[in-house]
This record gives sequence, C-alpha cells and structure tokens, in this order.
Amino acid sequence: MAYDKFNILKSTAVPLPIENVDTDQLIPARFLKATERVGFGDNLFRDWRYNADNTPKKDFVLNNPIYSGKILVGGKNFGSGSSREHAAWAVYDYGFRCVVSSFFADIFRNNCLNIGVLPVQVSPEFSDKVFAAIHADPKTELEVNLPEQTITLLSTGEKETFDISPYKKDNMMNGFDDIDYLQSIKSEIEEFALNLPL
Amino acid sequence: MSKTLFDKVWDTHVIRKIEGGPDVLFIDRHLIHEVTSPVAFLGLKSRGIKVLYPERTFATADHNTPTINQHLPVADPLSANQLQALESNSNEYGISYWGLGHQKNGIVHVVGPEYGITQPGATIVCGDSHTSTHGAFGAIAFGIGTSEVEMVLATQCIMQPKPKKMRINVNGKLGVGVTPKDVALFIISQLTTSGATGYFVEYAGDVFENMTMEGRMTVCNLSIEMGARGGMIAPDETTINYVKGREFSPKGEAWDKALAYYKTLKTDPDAVFDKELTFDGSAIEPMITYGTNPGMGMGISHDIPDAAHAEGGATTYAKSLGYMGFHEGDSMIGKQVDFVFVGSCTNGRIEDFRAFTSLVKGKHKADNVTAWLVPGSHIVEAQIKEEGLLDILTEAGFELRQPGCSACLAMNDDKVPAGKYAVSTSNRNFEGRQGPGSRTMLASPLVAAAAAVTGVVTDPRTLIEELV
Repeated sequence: MAYDKFNILKSTAVPLPIENVDTDQLIPARFLKATERVGFGDNLFRDWRYNADNTPKKDFVLNNPIYSGKILVGGKNFGSGSSREHAAWAVYDYGFRCVVSSFFADIFRNNCLNIGVLPVQVSPEFSDKVFAAIHADPKTELEVNLPEQTITLLSTGEKETFDISPYKKDNMMNGFDDIDYLQSIKSEIEEFALNLPL
Repeated sequence: MSKTLFDKVWDTHVIRKIEGGPDVLFIDRHLIHEVTSPVAFLGLKSRGIKVLYPERTFATADHNTPTINQHLPVADPLSANQLQALESNSNEYGISYWGLGHQKNGIVHVVGPEYGITQPGATIVCGDSHTSTHGAFGAIAFGIGTSEVEMVLATQCIMQPKPKKMRINVNGKLGVGVTPKDVALFIISQLTTSGATGYFVEYAGDVFENMTMEGRMTVCNLSIEMGARGGMIAPDETTINYVKGREFSPKGEAWDKALAYYKTLKTDPDAVFDKELTFDGSAIEPMITYGTNPGMGMGISHDIPDAAHAEGGATTYAKSLGYMGFHEGDSMIGKQVDFVFVGSCTNGRIEDFRAFTSLVKGKHKADNVTAWLVPGSHIVEAQIKEEGLLDILTEAGFELRQPGCSACLAMNDDKVPAGKYAVSTSNRNFEGRQGPGSRTMLASPLVAAAAAVTGVVTDPRTLIEELV
C-alpha cells in the first residue's frame, strides 16, 4: 500500500517513557477484526487511552493536549510481541510518521519500515535527553533527517546518527515497497523454485 | 566453511543478496489465517496480481473462531465477516482452506505439523509471531507482517537481512514436574523479553534431544518471547519418525531425496555462533510469571524479586506489578486463581492434555475456578477422547471445548474479565491480553492443573508427591 515519502521531519513529539510497550497495548486483539486497513488510529493504545466506558483516561499522554506531533518517543524494547502489522498501521493512522526508541522489537520495526513509519533507534543516553527535553518543554522540536540519517534535538542542537539499510532508506524516501522489487525479479524466482531440495 | 544449521537452511533459500540491503529469501510453505491476511489479499487485488504458487499456501481459521457450537453461524458479525473473507479469498486464489467445521481446522501451528506441511529444512512463514513453533523440525520459521504476507502470496519470497545466530544449550536431567514449557520460561526469564532480539536461536543439548516433538514445539514456539525471530532444533530420528507418512510429507522417491537433505541439517562441529549460552537443566523448577511480559517469570517456589534485582526501569516494573496487584517479595504460592486456560499454539497438543489430566485424575475442579480446556486441533480433540482422557476430565468436573486460539488472545468470546486472575498455558501475559483488564500468569499444563484443582497457585510437585 502506498505511503507518504519520508525525507526530513521536523515536529514536536509525544513521550511514552514505558519499557517493553507491546503490540497488545498498541492495538488490542479485539480490534483486529477488520478486513480493510481503515480506522486503526482510533484504537491506538486503546486500553491505556480509554476507560471501559470509552471515556478518555486523563493521565494518558495521548489525552494530554500539551503533547502532540508526528513523532512518538517510546521506552526500550518498543513493539514487542505479536507480528500484527495493525500495530504499525495504528501508529501511522493516528498520525505518527516516526517512532524513536533506544531499542525496537524486530518484527514491529520491520513492519514499520514496510508501511512508511520510520523507526529511529537512538542510544539510551540520547533517549534520556529527548525525554528530559520534552518533559521540560512539551513544545521542544525534533528533526529527523532521513537522507542524512540524523536526529537532532533542536532546543540544544544535540544530534545523533541512526542506522537504516541503504535499500530500506531508498524505499522510504521514494514510497516504494518490496513487492515492486520482487515483481521485477519474478523470472529469477521461478527459475530458483525448480531446484529446491524440498 | 563451517556452517550452523540456520546457515544451511537460510543459504539454501537465498535467491539473491542485495548490496546494502536484505536477502531475497524463497519461502517453501506459507500458512495464513483470517486476521492477518485480508489486507494482503486487498493489496493483490489493487495491484492486479495473482498468487504465484497457491499450492504452497495453506489457510486455516483459528484466531477469531468460537470454541463452542462451531456448527452454528458465528454470532459476531465482524468475526463472521473476517472468516468469510478468508474463505472467499482462498477460493478465489486456489488456496487450500480449512475453515470452521473442516476436519483439518485448528490452530495454524498445531495443524501445520500434524499434516506434514512442516518439514525439516524448509522455510516457513505466517502472519503470526508464533510461527517460530515450526523450528522444532529444523525449519527456519518465523512470523511476518501483512505486507510480507502479500509479498509471499505474490512472489513466494520475502526480503530479510540475515539475523545473527545464538545457540542455547541446556543439559542435564529435568526434575519431577518440570516440562518443556518450564524450560522455555526459564530461558526467557534469564534472557529477558528482548534478550534475543536480532538473533535466530538454535536449541541444543540433551534436554532438547530427549524431548518429544510436542515438547520441542513448545520451546521453539516461545522463542519470540525473548525477542528472537525464531528458534530451531536439529532434526533427528524423533523428528523423522514424526514427519514420515503424514499427508503432505514427501512420499516415495521424493521422501528418499528429502531424507538425504534432512540428514545434512545439523550445525558443523566448528561452526561459530554470535552468542552462546549454556544452562543446567537440573536446576530448572516449574515456572510461573508474575508480571506483564513473559520475561517476568521465576521458579514457582521463589518470591517476586524487588525492583533493584529486576530487569528494566523501576517505573515500568512498578506499573507491571501494580497491574497484577502483586508486590515485591510476595510468594506466588497461594495466590488467587479465577480462570485456568489450557490450550494455544504453545500448549494445545496431546501431551499437554495428558500432563494436565495426569494431575487432576481422581481430584475435582475447585469451585472458584472457571476452566477452559481448548485442544489445538480436531486430531488433538480426537486423541483426548480415544485415550480416555475426556472421561477422566469429565469425572473431575472439566469440559472440553472445540479447537481454536481462544483465550490466548481473547479475540473471540473466551475473555477473562477485568481484574480476574488466570493461570494460562499460553504465551503472553501482556496487560489485557486475555481480555481487557485480565491478569495472566503463564505456566505449564501441570501448574495449570494444580491451580485448577486447588483454586490457588500451587506447586504441582506437592500433588505429584501425593500421587507417588
């Protein structure tokens, strides 16, 4: 599915300094019954965000109007658990284009890269600085520069580089996905399939 | 050059390596279910492309199915719609479909091996993180997202960077009442829920060599719970005896060729792993979790550690214990239990029901406990009946439900109510996993049985000693 190209993102950020945020929190299983990719943002962090009677939980960060932006900053081991791409869809559909964490779970990170959410892994020290800066001033802006592979805390100018494979970077900057690539080598795949051991 | 088991299977399936990017990996077998496939099929339709090899994909309905009255129409319209989508997509694209009521229907990671879809040395994917289960056969098996489901349908390939390799050795004799589930929960408690992220694990040592295929599946199933994409165990006689003769296993000359391939599937003696860990199996106790991720587990006789000795930050730890209603220093023995769930792709196989039944035999379900016993497949269900386990269970006050994922993720009506405690043989104790506000303690079928008959968390060894 097509997604917005990613180049340079300058935005305020929403802080969620909890570790091991799992996919059941990002989108609980009971909201996985759709057959189309629509509306998942409404249920992002459903049970942290809403009470059982659907009233908002005032102490949850997404319900706090002083925090907003296209960047979500999470604690260590963000996205652990299920392979449900719905978790990444919910993040995207809510309006986030980038998740920053000191460590990502593997499948979630991969799903993000496949749908146009940029996972930016930073050092624990930089993560601490980002949380502290947002805590001190919720209007603090971050700049995520994909071509340069840098993330900058604009209030202090502190900057860190992040890793992304050249292939995925190219995809994200152009809005391509893997099927475009795989379709282009179909005859090679068919040839390969003739000589498998099983 | 010396290779690990993982290298051998991976390298055999690499079509090309992209400079500065992932490998293009050919996928032998693809399993799909109703929850993570509909949007993939929509993608195919919008691109106007077909399924390249429909005979390599198998569909079963499991995540979102009722576990009673499966002969009746599914009541929840959203669930019914999702099941209908799987059926119509499978039919449209020529994919084998095992829907509700079909004899082969069941949990995708239970039926795959039962019908011989799972083969040693194969690459297997499914839009489900517990696809790691199939690694028990020496396959490379891992969970993928829906974009990748679409890729596999369209091209039978996915694009993945090759993970790092870790070997986990467990040697020694397991104690009385210690099951494969305990071995896995022990390893996860040592590595934490993210300790194997970025790695593919090989399990080695006599503890795994002596395990049945069911036990090996339980262990490999839980690989994802320490962050690993998958785990695998080298195929041996136990594996080959299990695989031989199953419906989708190779036959005749193809079997001889496959057998020759299977025999190559072991790590070379001087192969190097990026990380290697060794544990003493005899030191493992029956395990139970006390927190909200599977890494928060401990021997059942231990006390809940204080924050200073726990992995992770104090805030997260306090949030987790607060959710569970537990405190640092608490013993788990005697904790309240409201629900017991036996089932899932982790512990929904015949051995799990044998273990559970062995402990409840001659006893009675505690009045305060609601028990859900959910077989992983119709084959498991039939075995439970044929082996006389159902009679023993009925005598002890238990009922058997119909196959499905059930309360493991509570997409259907099998939900643990808010605030209630469940001892569960499933794989995740995340907040709300078994229903909004539910509190889950992960454990083995024996620990589940001990809880079911005593009504509180109980060390199963105390009941086993009574039996002896």
